[in-house]
Amino acid sequence: MSDLLQVRDLHVAFRTPDRTVHAVNGVSFDLKRGETLGILGESGSGKSVTLRSILRLHPEHRTRWSGSIRMEGDEVLDMKPRALADLRGRRVAMIFQEPATAFDPVFTIGQQIAETIRRHTGKSDADAWKRAKELLELVRIPSPAQRLKAYPFEMSGGMRQRAMIALALSCNPSLLLADEPTTALDATVQIQVLLLIRELQREFDLGVIFVTHDIGVAVEVSDRIGVMYAGKIVELAGVEQMVDAPQHPYSRGLLASTVHDGMRGQRLEAIPGAPPDLAEVPTGCSFAPRCKFVRPDCTTAPPSLLPSGDSHLVRCVLTA
Amino acid sequence: MDTLIPVDRGGPAQPLLLASGLQKHFPVGGGILGRGRKVVRAVDDLTLSVAKGETLGVVGESGCGKSTVARLLIRLLKPDRGTMVLDGDPVDEPHGITVNELRRNVQMVFQDSYASLNPRLTIGETLAFAPKAHGLPAAQARERVRDLLSKVGLDPNNYAERYPHELSGGQRQRVNIARALALRPRLVILDEAVSALDKSVEAQVLNMLVDLKEELGLTYVFISHDLNVVQYLSDRVLVMYLGKIVELGPVEAIYGDPQHPYTRALLSARPSMDPRKRTKEAPIQGDPPNPIDPPSGCRFRTRCPFAEDVCGRVEPILADTGRQSVACHIQVPGSGHSKAARTGVIAA
Repeated sequence: MSDLLQVRDLHVAFRTPDRTVHAVNGVSFDLKRGETLGILGESGSGKSVTLRSILRLHPEHRTRWSGSIRMEGDEVLDMKPRALADLRGRRVAMIFQEPATAFDPVFTIGQQIAETIRRHTGKSDADAWKRAKELLELVRIPSPAQRLKAYPFEMSGGMRQRAMIALALSCNPSLLLADEPTTALDATVQIQVLLLIRELQREFDLGVIFVTHDIGVAVEVSDRIGVMYAGKIVELAGVEQMVDAPQHPYSRGLLASTVHDGMRGQRLEAIPGAPPDLAEVPTGCSFAPRCKFVRPDCTTAPPSLLPSGDSHLVRCVLTA
Repeated sequence: MDTLIPVDRGGPAQPLLLASGLQKHFPVGGGILGRGRKVVRAVDDLTLSVAKGETLGVVGESGCGKSTVARLLIRLLKPDRGTMVLDGDPVDEPHGITVNELRRNVQMVFQDSYASLNPRLTIGETLAFAPKAHGLPAAQARERVRDLLSKVGLDPNNYAERYPHELSGGQRQRVNIARALALRPRLVILDEAVSALDKSVEAQVLNMLVDLKEELGLTYVFISHDLNVVQYLSDRVLVMYLGKIVELGPVEAIYGDPQHPYTRALLSARPSMDPRKRTKEAPIQGDPPNPIDPPSGCRFRTRCPFAEDVCGRVEPILADTGRQSVACHIQVPGSGHSKAARTGVIAA
């Protein structure tokens, strides 16, 4: 009832002339208002494809979908172009890894924010510019009036990312999708942007889905973390449970192989092998070929995402 | 028989590589007849030594000059100023060794594993290229390729005939490491060599780097923006900011008791791995300034919470504080900074 977003058994496949890539293979989760879900995964795990599906950003003619994505009760996969434009501009906003390419280089920051506000809220030009200035203040860009007149190339990476957050929030969305928004930033800037997102999320009671490959970043912003592998969520739990007691062998391996303080001189527990080719649909658990706990029943049927303890879901025969 | 095996000449006390006063500026933009041209001061007056058998970590944010340092050390870039000495031999000087001889001893691994391999050569051809160019007969070069591939954990029968696009990112980076080892170098410069890899694969490659170092008696210069990985691998750490060394010392000192305000900020900007102890406040505000026209005096002063008058007027020198060297006026007695000890005697 109070769910902002409901994703059910989402499958996304991309067709190319010579093969079909099964990028997302049955992803389900819910998100409440004011909640941050971190999606953690390595390259090719389907985390960005899942995120982009919520806005249906994939090329229509090459993408095969199934399942359901309900945004405040409305089915995204059935939306007509007009409803979809409204969803993308007003209800759900997205920020990307590389703010330099997400902005149009030939318009100023102010023009781009004001245009978005006019288009989606019907405000007058003067009101839109006024709102744009407020937004830059909100994301703590110094001397906002001057920055409105700046072109994207005139700003540093951190400033551009702040400007993109301002653009994303311009029409008061209820859901913010963040696709590795701090990966391209320097360490001292990354933490500033993470704190800003956390603050704005609280202030506006936003639902946030934060996709990242960096466990530290996910821990810093998330209420719950979903770990993805080969197009499936293999574990979904509260951030403390995930860090203290990960249960899926992949999540455990990922945490153990991430270098942090105090590991000097220790041998790292690397996960052997590499992620699978997504052109083939596996008959069993996708992680089985790399798993050190593999048993015969791992390869006979794909395991389901089942509860293991209090609000902790795991996709593994060992915990089922 | 093998002429490519390096010999230790200066003994254990002689640094393997010594660079002093290195400077590299890149002119940018036009300006009429070269007048009023702007300059990126990528590396300024950088002095460092790499001891035999150690791993020297280099950390800093983008634009701090860490990759320029790597390229200077292997002479992919010619320094504007400064000298280099490899195990007692001056590099590119009348009585010293040539740049080619330097590169036989010093090799490099880059971040982009795909861009750094020739797509038209098989892995075997790539690995045999340098040994052949340096005069190793073909049969021995083939043997060397098999040996290199097994050293980096790739089955020679399976991989020597493949092309780069047929390998995963982790496998390609193993090939790049093998290629760097093909001439049996003494020093390997790893410039963000694991940064593009997924965490589960990164751990495999890090373990391999540790093993290879021990097995082959290598010395590493490990450049990365990832503070955790640098801490894991390095014996000594060098922290750079806008083309300057701000702090240099043993890994325990840099991570356990950082002295420079920038090093402290950099370390506390790391995301906490504990959801109960999340970061409450960013340690410093703003972005690193543009390395064109860096701030006068101390280059960090525009973001430093302790900046005072003196920081804008006088450039701090890298001074020894006991365990590590720090370029900050606060650490120098009598520097004029209000936090510095007043009654210090400046070393004559």
